[in-house]
Amino acid sequence: MTKRSKRGANGSRLSGWGRHSAPGSELKTENLERGSMDVPLSRGLGRSYGDSSLPPADKPVALNTTLADRILSFDTESGLLRAEAGLALAELNRLFLPRGWFTPVSPGTQYVTLGGMVAADVHGKNQHVDGDFGDHVTRLKMRVADGRVLWCGPEEHADLFFGSIGGMGLLGHILEVEFTMRRVPSQWIWQETERVPNIDAFEQALSAAAKDWPMTVGWIDCVAGGTSLGRGILMKGRWATASEAPKHAPRPKPRPRLPFDLPEWALGRLSVRAFNELYYRKHFRKETRGLVDPQSFFYPLDILRDWNRMYGRRGFTQWQGLLPRSAKSGAARRMLEILSARGGASFLAVIKDCDKAGVGTLSFPAPGITLALDIPMRDDTQALIDALNQQLLVEGGRIYLAKDSLTREEDFRAMEPRLEEFGRLREAWDPEHKLKSAQSIRLLGDSA
Amino acid sequence: MSRAHTSGQKVAFLGATRGMGRALARQMAERGDALFLLGRDDEELARSASDLEARGAESVEHAHCDLEDPTSFGPALDAATEALGGLDTVVVTAGIFATQQALEEDSELLARLLRVDFTHSVLFCEQARRRLLAQGGGNLCVFSSVAGDRGRKPIVLYGASKAGLSRYLEGLDHRYRAEGLRVLTVKPGFVRTGMTAGLPEPPFAGDPEDVARSVLKAMDRGDAVVYAPAPWRAVMAVIRHLPRAVMRRVEF
Ligand SMILES: Cc1cc2nc3c(=O)[nH]c(=O)nc-3n(C[C@H](O)[C@H](O)[C@H](O)COP(=O)(O)OP(=O)(O)OC[C@H]3O[C@@H](n4cnc5c(N)ncnc54)[C@H](O)[C@@H]3O)c2cc1C
Ligand SMILES: NC(=O)c1ccc[n+]([C@@H]2O[C@H](COP(=O)([O-])OP(=O)(O)OC[C@H]3O[C@@H](n4cnc5c(N)ncnc54)[C@H](OP(=O)(O)O)[C@@H]3O)[C@@H](O)[C@H]2O)c1
Repeated sequence: MTKRSKRGANGSRLSGWGRHSAPGSELKTENLERGSMDVPLSRGLGRSYGDSSLPPADKPVALNTTLADRILSFDTESGLLRAEAGLALAELNRLFLPRGWFTPVSPGTQYVTLGGMVAADVHGKNQHVDGDFGDHVTRLKMRVADGRVLWCGPEEHADLFFGSIGGMGLLGHILEVEFTMRRVPSQWIWQETERVPNIDAFEQALSAAAKDWPMTVGWIDCVAGGTSLGRGILMKGRWATASEAPKHAPRPKPRPRLPFDLPEWALGRLSVRAFNELYYRKHFRKETRGLVDPQSFFYPLDILRDWNRMYGRRGFTQWQGLLPRSAKSGAARRMLEILSARGGASFLAVIKDCDKAGVGTLSFPAPGITLALDIPMRDDTQALIDALNQQLLVEGGRIYLAKDSLTREEDFRAMEPRLEEFGRLREAWDPEHKLKSAQSIRLLGDSA
Repeated sequence: MSRAHTSGQKVAFLGATRGMGRALARQMAERGDALFLLGRDDEELARSASDLEARGAESVEHAHCDLEDPTSFGPALDAATEALGGLDTVVVTAGIFATQQALEEDSELLARLLRVDFTHSVLFCEQARRRLLAQGGGNLCVFSSVAGDRGRKPIVLYGASKAGLSRYLEGLDHRYRAEGLRVLTVKPGFVRTGMTAGLPEPPFAGDPEDVARSVLKAMDRGDAVVYAPAPWRAVMAVIRHLPRAVMRRVEF
């Protein structure tokens, strides 16, 4: 059955993970083929932070894919899996990890859909070895703007295929995804962590760890300044071998909800400072090593449901930029200096080295370093984002669309020489720009 | 109550393609029940069968069965019995919904809803009952609704069809339990499925997975009625006891 949310018609709003909202309603149906006929955008679990998953103002309805979650085939030899685009990674993990299979690439939350993983071409802790999710996708079934439903892959409609990987839903609705799952030797992770004294040391530590570890990521204490600027914890991991791992499966953890919005002062400078200090200190030994549950390794933030409510009603944004290898050394330090000079308190900052360019026309990752900073929405947040972007332009970098809510169109254009090619793809597959989002209006100049 | 069939049951399932049926069939597949799917759309059935197989069910077959066409009922149940090599449980989650306003405005839609949700559901259950009794009993699990518990303004017509269905199932339980037929009437409150997408969400709305868990538990215990999500039992206890004068005034 296909129905349109009533709430949309009378003033309802939709929002991304950062809680920044726009007018809109959802069309929710199991049947994506039917549901995608006349809507400008698909969205999954809405875990993109900003306005990527929000429909355009002139046609404020998005197809919510989450009811379309069937697994259609799985080859126990090759790991090839085909499923409807709304399947949640959490469900995939629940079903397949006990059988010795895992997604080839996982973002930092498992509450994302396959469609969202393709559309943002997500990356994870293994970017430096395995690239992005799109590298492991073999075919997509899509509804394109002229109404056709077709399969695309590296050999059929390759331009549509590579344009849709990282294309943020703008080339067509992804109905089904076929990709290759990865065999894993156990249900546990061997993790080692170490304290890193500052940002320059971090860059070195990451590249040193990349040689020996298939998965790495760094958490940065953004509050510490001076010679400790960018100190933090480096996490390195690999799947535990069958003989190292306990025989039993990790126990599922309860997921308490944050039942209300915290007031805005709660995440003010002081509390952020205290949290970061505590986290760094709690990690009082310089190094730790041992077996951990994949849940806490891959998805530490998923422990608290709705943690985005922590930021209060105004919500937050994330600035994630890629600092390419071509940038002069010290680029990450320069970004953090801007953050601290402007008093931007970031509750959570993550650093990760990348080694592979994404296959998608607009894929975010490329060889270099990526920095992700959660930033509460305040009156001066726009100015902070602008300043970060100005510096990013100097470094020759780019931002990650799945996180963005405040970048200006002119800055985005200056960062993205690839837009020209993406524009040609849109001309070919959707000349009238029937497919668009609040974000494409903001950043790609689509009409509202 | 006996816990004879906790798993490994042979289940004929009408309505597994979407909503609560999809969730319940998945939980049955994961605990090792053998499933045979009945429904009106072969392609949808095949896709759901694949999904259940990927979740651990052994090869899931399906047959055409349309609640709008009672001649399809017998052959579909026979195909299920044959493929499964017997029949322990029949589940019916299939049904349709329309708003009071739509049903008042469109008498053809109304006639269809009454047929599908009441008359033909009863005809289907009769066929299922006969087959189960012929084998010495089994479970008949049918999704009715809290909407059938009381005449309420926003769901007069849909509620009437579910009231009829609930009463029929209650009678079946009284008449045949001694012969081994365990009838479970499921009364969901508001559950987030495609059926309710777009409707304003009341308090105590629930998810299909939680409903499915409660239903399986109730079925294993041999309960006659289950409200799900659980708070709806208390909510309906209150609503059932409200005086008419109040029911005339309130909007729920
Ligand atoms: C806590 C947290 C940690 C995260 N960590 C990472 C990380 O480590 N690495 C990373 O890469 N990302 C990360 N992300 C971002 C997240 O992985 C992406 O935003 C992802 O796209 C979200 O998936 P979704 O299903 O929620 O999609 P949505 O947010 O609903 O949509 C995202 C985009 O995909 C498009 N889309 C969704 N479904 C379809 C479809 N079926 N067809 C066409 N277009 C579609 C939408 O139009 C939109 O442009 C993180 C997010 C959170 C909240
Ligand atoms: N959702 C609620 O809040 C709620 C509340 C109270 C009671 N209920 C009742 O609970 C049951 C399940 O509801 P739901 O929300 O899960 O519904 P749903 O998501 O709409 O699923 C309905 C199912 O019924 C099948 N169906 C519909 N018409 C059919 C027909 N003519 N022949 C065969 N199959 C048919 C559908 O199959 P196709 O895939 O072929 O369409 C689908 O599998 C229904 O009886 C409903 O009335 C629901």
